[in-house]
Amino acid sequence: MKRIILVFILVVLADSARLEAHAFLKDAEPAVGSTVETSPKEVRVRFTENIEPAFSSTKVFDSSGKQVDKRDAHLDPSDRALLHVSVPPLESGTYKVVWRVVSVDAHVTNGSFTFRILH
Amino acid sequence: MKYLSLLYLLICTACEFGATSRAYAHGFAGARFFPATLSTDDPFVSDELSLPTVTTIKTPENGGTRETDISVDISKRITPEFAIEIGDTFTALNPHEGPAANGFGNLELSGKYQLLKNGEHEAIVSIGLGVEVGGTGGRSVGADSFSTWTPGIFFGKGFGDLPTELRFLKPFALTGQIGIAIPTRASTRSITANAQTGEREIEIERHPDVLEWGFALEYSVIYLQSQVKDIGLRAPFDRLIPLVEFAFESPLNRGARGQPTGTINPGIIWAGKYFQLGVEAVVPINERTGNNVGVIAQLHFFIDDLFPHSLGRPLFGANK
Repeated sequence: MKRIILVFILVVLADSARLEAHAFLKDAEPAVGSTVETSPKEVRVRFTENIEPAFSSTKVFDSSGKQVDKRDAHLDPSDRALLHVSVPPLESGTYKVVWRVVSVDAHVTNGSFTFRILH
Repeated sequence: MKYLSLLYLLICTACEFGATSRAYAHGFAGARFFPATLSTDDPFVSDELSLPTVTTIKTPENGGTRETDISVDISKRITPEFAIEIGDTFTALNPHEGPAANGFGNLELSGKYQLLKNGEHEAIVSIGLGVEVGGTGGRSVGADSFSTWTPGIFFGKGFGDLPTELRFLKPFALTGQIGIAIPTRASTRSITANAQTGEREIEIERHPDVLEWGFALEYSVIYLQSQVKDIGLRAPFDRLIPLVEFAFESPLNRGARGQPTGTINPGIIWAGKYFQLGVEAVVPINERTGNNVGVIAQLHFFIDDLFPHSLGRPLFGANK
């Protein structure tokens, strides 16, 4: 019985040793709800946790609902919490960034925000 | 007889404020993170631990009584949509006049099933059944000798689907509950001896069914900064959720109809990765509830984030 309890405690401690949690959006470029004067070359979204790129996505839509990013969302090679997606030169208008990520502990979170371009 | 009345008042007060010291769930619906509320139940099922929840308030009974409740509560998902919960409260009563009393309240067990969750509209609805197990707590702090069953329905709704013109209202969310506490005994009878005459006196205490309802209105800075507008707040202020909770009890029968009690609890929650801290003022809505403002504070651990591969996942079914 003592061995079972000991194994249980070790399993729980090993589990807690690789702590990760639900990934929240930490910051973004362009910033959430911001207005910028020039079209960005890419949209960057940073999360509070490391994420699994295979199950995570970031997409950019224009005001008509058309996807305008280059469909090349990828994880930053030096920061596993940062997603990039390239965009072509964008016209003035409001754009919506929709993200869905899976943190490395398999928790799924999603969200969206807008930014505005005023040339 | 005088002491019996005082004891009865103390017990009523203990029950009233003890009811606010339970621990409640946190969760997600779409982009919305709902924290665990302190004074009212919310609709989420999750793996979590509240240790401790502390409530203290001075009540007018017996020349002024300081009541302090310290409770622990743990919730465990059996499936992704169903969780069981167990909790208990240690109560200390320190009256200005008369002897102090302390002890554990009755054990509280409950189950909750999540009926509906809609991520797009940040909405959730659950049903639950709780039972306060009679005779498991100390009589000196008002624990009933009989059990009380409470079926209830719970809801949550984020305001994220408001139009863009109202974007700064999107961080608001509402959670709430409504249930009926049904005691398994309609009344209890106690026999005492009159100190002056020596005659036996019979006192009958009636136990009404009670409508328990409440809601929490919260404004999430987390949601504001990640979904609406990054206003530049950084840690720890970017994780704050100011809220106001309303918790009411309305007896329905057995001579107590029309005598509601309740509290309005403004406060703030800081939600981190693995735990949250919350503190609220406890403001009685009428003299029947109390005359003094109290405080409730809670440290609440997210077991599903602390131990995602062992304790923090449902026993059956996939993690969500």
